[in-house]
This record gives sequence, C-alpha cells and structure tokens, in this order.
Amino acid sequence: MGSIVLTFILAATGTLVLGLVLRWVDRKVTAMVQWRVGPPWYQTFVDVLKLMGKENLVPVTAQGTGFLLAPMIALAGSGVTAAILWHAIAIPSQAFVGDLIVVIYLLILPALMTMLGAAASGNPHAAIGASREMKLLLSYELPMVLALLVAVAQTGWSFKLGGIIEAQAAGGSVLLSISGALAIIVAILCMQAKLGQVPFDLAEAECEIMSGVYVEYSGPSLAMFLMSRAMLLALMPLLLIIVFWGGLYTGAWWGYLTFAGKYFVLVALVTLIRNTNPRLRIDQTLKFFWFGLTPVAVLALVLALVGIAKGLPWL
Amino acid sequence: MALKMWALRKSLWVYHVNAGACNNCDIEVLELLTPRYDIERFGMILVGSPRHADVLAVTGVCTRQAMPRLQEVYMQTAKPCVVLAIGACANAQGIFTEAYHMGLPVDEAIKAVDPNAIIIYVPGCPPKPESMIDAAVKGMELLKTL
Repeated sequence: MGSIVLTFILAATGTLVLGLVLRWVDRKVTAMVQWRVGPPWYQTFVDVLKLMGKENLVPVTAQGTGFLLAPMIALAGSGVTAAILWHAIAIPSQAFVGDLIVVIYLLILPALMTMLGAAASGNPHAAIGASREMKLLLSYELPMVLALLVAVAQTGWSFKLGGIIEAQAAGGSVLLSISGALAIIVAILCMQAKLGQVPFDLAEAECEIMSGVYVEYSGPSLAMFLMSRAMLLALMPLLLIIVFWGGLYTGAWWGYLTFAGKYFVLVALVTLIRNTNPRLRIDQTLKFFWFGLTPVAVLALVLALVGIAKGLPWL
Repeated sequence: MALKMWALRKSLWVYHVNAGACNNCDIEVLELLTPRYDIERFGMILVGSPRHADVLAVTGVCTRQAMPRLQEVYMQTAKPCVVLAIGACANAQGIFTEAYHMGLPVDEAIKAVDPNAIIIYVPGCPPKPESMIDAAVKGMELLKTL
C-alpha cells in the first residue's frame, strides 16, 4: 500500500515538473521560430504559482459543483496515468493485465472533464468549445485505438504495457515493421490532437472563441487545467515510446540515453507540427481523422495480421 | 505573500479591452508581441479572456455604450489586477472631452466600481510600445508595494 502511494506521488510530481519544463521548451522554441527571445526557463512554474495565488471566480450562470470539480478530476486522471506509465516502464514484469485499456480510458478523462467544466460554466463560447472538443475526441479516438491495436497484435495480443515492452525487448521494436511505422505516424498525429496543439486547437481557439473551453476559468482552477495539460504533454510521448518504440531499454549503459533521445524526438515533433501549421476547421479535422488516418490505421492493422499469419515479422 | 507577488510580477497576462478606440493604440499594443519588442521575455502574454488576466490594457475614450461593458469586464477580472489606460483618449478622453457620446473617463469609470483599483496612465496618441513596457514595469513596482 505504501509503495503504491509513493509511486503515485513520485510519478505525478515528476511528470508535472517534466511537463512544465516541456511546455517551456515548446514556448521557447516557438519564440525562436518567430525570431523572438522568448520566456525565461522558470516561466511556466511562475505561471502556475501566480494562478494559485489568484481569485477563483465562479460565474453566476455556472453550475458550481461541476465547474469546480472538473479541473480536480482532470488533474487526478493525469496523475494516475503518470503512475501507471512510469511504473510499467520502470518495472515491466509487474504490470497488471489490461493496463493499456485503463490508460486509454484515463487519457480521455482530461478531455472529458474539460467538456464537463465548459458545459457547467454556462458561457456560450465555452459551449461552442465543448462541442468542438467532443467532436475532436470522437474523431481522433478511433484511429488512435486502431494504431495501438497494431502494437498489441504484433506483441502477441498482450494487453499489458509490461508485456508489450518485454515482447519488444525480445523481438525488436514494433516501429521497425511496415505496419508499425504506419501506426506510429497515425499515433503521432492523434497525439497532437489529444494535446490540443495547433492544427487541432479548435476547442480553445484564442482569437476566435476567446480560449473556448477555459473562458470562465480563473485562478487555481485554471492552474489545475494547465497542469493537467502539461502532464499530458509529458505522458503522450511516453505512451508512444512504450507501445511502439521499445520502452526503456536498459541492456547497456546507453539505454537511458537512447530513451532520452526518443523522448526528445517525439516532443520536438509536437513543437514542429505546431509551428508549421494553421488551425483546421472542425469539419476538416473530422474528415482528416476519419477518411484520412482511419484507413491508414486499418491498413496497418491488416498488414500486421497478415504478417502474423504468414510469419513475416517485417510486415 | 512575497512569493505570490513575485510570481504575479513575473507573469502578467494582458487582456486588451477596446472601449471605443480609433484602432491606433490597438495596433501599438499588438506591436508589443512582435520580435522587436517581444514582451514574452518578461512573461507577459495576451490572453483571450478577462478571467485569465492580470492586466487590463484599456484603449479608447470609454463611450456611453462601452462604459458599462468596461465596468463589467473589470469586475470579471480575477483580482489582484492592474489597469493600463493606454493613449490620450483613455487617460482624459482626448479631443472628445465635450462630445455628446462620452461616458466617464476610463479611470473614473473603473473607480466607480472599485475605489481601490490600480490605474496606470500611458500618455501619447498613440503611445510608443517602449512607454507601454515602461508602464508595465512601473505596474510591477507598484504591485511590490501591495
């Protein structure tokens, strides 16, 4: 029991610090792309600290309980996801059956709570934001799950994160096959939507619907949403590395370095996509995910199944 | 308390309110985001909602139509917050002082709902971006005394 609590506290705080640092990296790189200087390294920490010290306003039109509860549940969901993922990557042999499915559910929680909080705030901008968030969730969830299923199929139908890591340690990364490569491309684009980064940030379009879902949030509640978002930014690359890229390979001393390299590549991709793309409309987003990425994910799954049936590991 | 104020000074989020400006000051406010001035160096960003803001950058003469909205936006802002009255119009209604469509000047309109509001005046038509940065820095110094 004590070790569970310790794992949770360590993983959640560690992920929070990592996520805030990554958000700073994101802002700094964006500033450099735009030929600016950008914020100092402690900026994101100061932002959270400041919001914690500000007034927490609840609008008169809001449904108070749901409005105030939503950010807490979102943060808690991110914390539990952090505990499961870091535990799986540190001690793969101790994972429980079906933790991949639990992680998929828990990763929906922040988006779900954003919708709940926005709907509870009683603001028309927030209502538009919530409806967009819901459509976004519907569009990226299907290709995401199909892409994860490719890795599950290739590692011998293991729904355990630890099992997936161990199978990859024995038989090579999922990424090194045709279906795995297709699947990780789909998963990276879904990650971008899940993080609400630029081509898919239509739920909180700043200049269009005034920060959308977060329009009525202030002070500590807003800080909790920001922390939850920062933790997701740290967790999504981690999930992709576990599922497609072999997890933490510690066969030799450079294992930790290769892990850091993989992590850096995925985070850099998020920033790169964010800085080179304009925002899409919601109908374009839906078309992109359902008619663009879902067929690719299905193709990857079919290739993986054919590869298993015919005994061709490269397929 | 000191930590809270330090954090507030290092991360001022600005919400821009147009209370009937001719758009000239607004262009100068947007100038602050460009590579030449880049206020994100000091942790300042423009935000889309007054709920997130620490600084209200008010431009314009504050017309009769705009005044109740300005007061409402001020009350919606999470305290503590600072009001920047940007431009000659926002400071003292400029050349429109005697016109029929004027409400109260920006500072009086805000003092009417909160007598203890912190208001910083940035004169000029339009003020230079440098003077706005100077005003923001003075606002930070003022917050230190709270």
